[in-house]
Amino acid sequence: MNMRGKIAGRVAEVPPSGIRRFFELVQGVEGVISLGVGEPDFVTPWHIREACIYSLEKGYTMYTSNYGMPELREELSRAISRRYGVDYSPENELLVTVGVSEAFDLAIRALVDPGDEVLIPEPCYVSYVPCTVFAGGKPVSVPTSAEEGFRVSAESIEERITERSKVLVLCYPNNPTGATLRRKELEEIAEVVVEHELVVITDELYDRLTYSGKHVAFPSLNGMKEYCVYLNGFSKSYAMTGWRIGYAAGCAEVIEAMMKIHQYAMLCAPVMSQMAALEALRRGDGAVESMRRAYDRRRRLIVKRLREVGLECFEPEGAFYVFPSVRSTGMSSEEFAERLLREQKVAVVPGNAFGSSGEGHVRMAYATSLESINEAMDRIERFLRR
Amino acid sequence: MQELEILSLLEENARLSMREIADATGVEEEKVKKIVEELEKRGVLLAYRAVVNWEKAGVEKVCALIDVKITPEREHGYDSVASRIMRFPEVKSLYLVSGTYDLSVLVEGRSMREVASFVAEKLAPLQNVTSTTTHFVLKKYKEAGVMLYDGEELRRLAVSP
Ligand SMILES: Cc1ncc(COP(=O)(O)O)c(C=O)c1O
Repeated sequence: MNMRGKIAGRVAEVPPSGIRRFFELVQGVEGVISLGVGEPDFVTPWHIREACIYSLEKGYTMYTSNYGMPELREELSRAISRRYGVDYSPENELLVTVGVSEAFDLAIRALVDPGDEVLIPEPCYVSYVPCTVFAGGKPVSVPTSAEEGFRVSAESIEERITERSKVLVLCYPNNPTGATLRRKELEEIAEVVVEHELVVITDELYDRLTYSGKHVAFPSLNGMKEYCVYLNGFSKSYAMTGWRIGYAAGCAEVIEAMMKIHQYAMLCAPVMSQMAALEALRRGDGAVESMRRAYDRRRRLIVKRLREVGLECFEPEGAFYVFPSVRSTGMSSEEFAERLLREQKVAVVPGNAFGSSGEGHVRMAYATSLESINEAMDRIERFLRR
Repeated sequence: MQELEILSLLEENARLSMREIADATGVEEEKVKKIVEELEKRGVLLAYRAVVNWEKAGVEKVCALIDVKITPEREHGYDSVASRIMRFPEVKSLYLVSGTYDLSVLVEGRSMREVASFVAEKLAPLQNVTSTTTHFVLKKYKEAGVMLYDGEELRRLAVSP
């Protein structure tokens, strides 16, 4: 039988991931310094791992409530309220998920009917467009550029609104650009959201990793709680990528709809990860802050060195990515990344993996030691001199 | 707090150059130099040293933790005894502690005999020292904040989203 012919059209139409392709290229090369890794270089803080081990010893090995353990939801509710002054009921406004990845997929599937349009500022995290397509929605890209600091503006969103516009995706601090949005810019976006009755899916996974000014949570803006699904998790700020745990918060109707899918597709998030997340929320603030400070040092170093070697680079204010322009080299994103890998064994991710407006840039993750950043930059300097 | 930032960087890695510190903190290199010199002068920055696993280097060293009880002196309290003890180069660290004894002394030597004779000949006979209890170190797991065994490897993929 020809299985290829049996694959569902909307899955077949999605091209293979640019990141995967590059991963395979890097696999074959020895001695690579990688600035291509989108996750912390810290192992999860020990007290969190230890709490998980203890929970296993105590026999926490079963399914939990579909929504997630009540204690964890209560702790999440308190944490969001303390940090951003937004109150989500642990009863029915919070859903514990298998990472923001699952939470995003659930939100899209819960909201999008075939043909509905999803506005996605680009460059953006790699899963937004494919998940939209899998759900039968139509992704509408809202390009941003280095000139505007990769901040999406209310006008550029408004320009792309049609009858079918239903969802707006926001992700600040941003992967891959490191851009953040100021309160004023968010408020302007909020006006457009109200006027056109959009639902905002706001992925704020990097909220704790900001370096100039405090993060503004979208639902904390006046009235915006009703308009948005707030997604966050533990992967980046607590260095817990492998635990696969995150959450969604929103009004009861949308959380209920997301839970409907989650209960059949996933049942619940792993209980050991939920126990670890509980410990992270209760006693993890110190570790988050010390990792943030380490990233900040690396950020300063890499931005400075990029500018010294003549790669134009807007200063990232959040997450752990820089997104320098490689236009001055005359190379495309992919050509730059591939040649840099072959000639100097430094891995970076071509910007076009994050949408066509990422062309002309590469993403470098600075979640790696100061020494590795220096070594990588020495190699990049050599690469550019030739 | 540039000072504190520089201190915590150096505490983590004393080999950072002034330039590397400057790059990581955003403080100018000349200014970093000045701050570091100032911190050295004030006795805030005391020494820059390596943490060595001597066992792996094939060198045998013997360490002992010694609990020392003393009668404090009028006027000087514990300080004058402590300052006599700490001058011995065999003494690697010395703390005044609360509890059932007074001073905790970490002594290092080339053999058990050497450490034992240091205790018997130098430490115990000191005036005001009323008793000593010697605990020989059998195995070191962590030293100066660094794990000697079971270090964790990074297990990240080379490229991820
Ligand atoms: C913006 C963004 N959203 C979501 C994710 C996935 O997060 P999680 O591990 O919580 O599924 C990532 C991971 O790289 C990300 O950068």
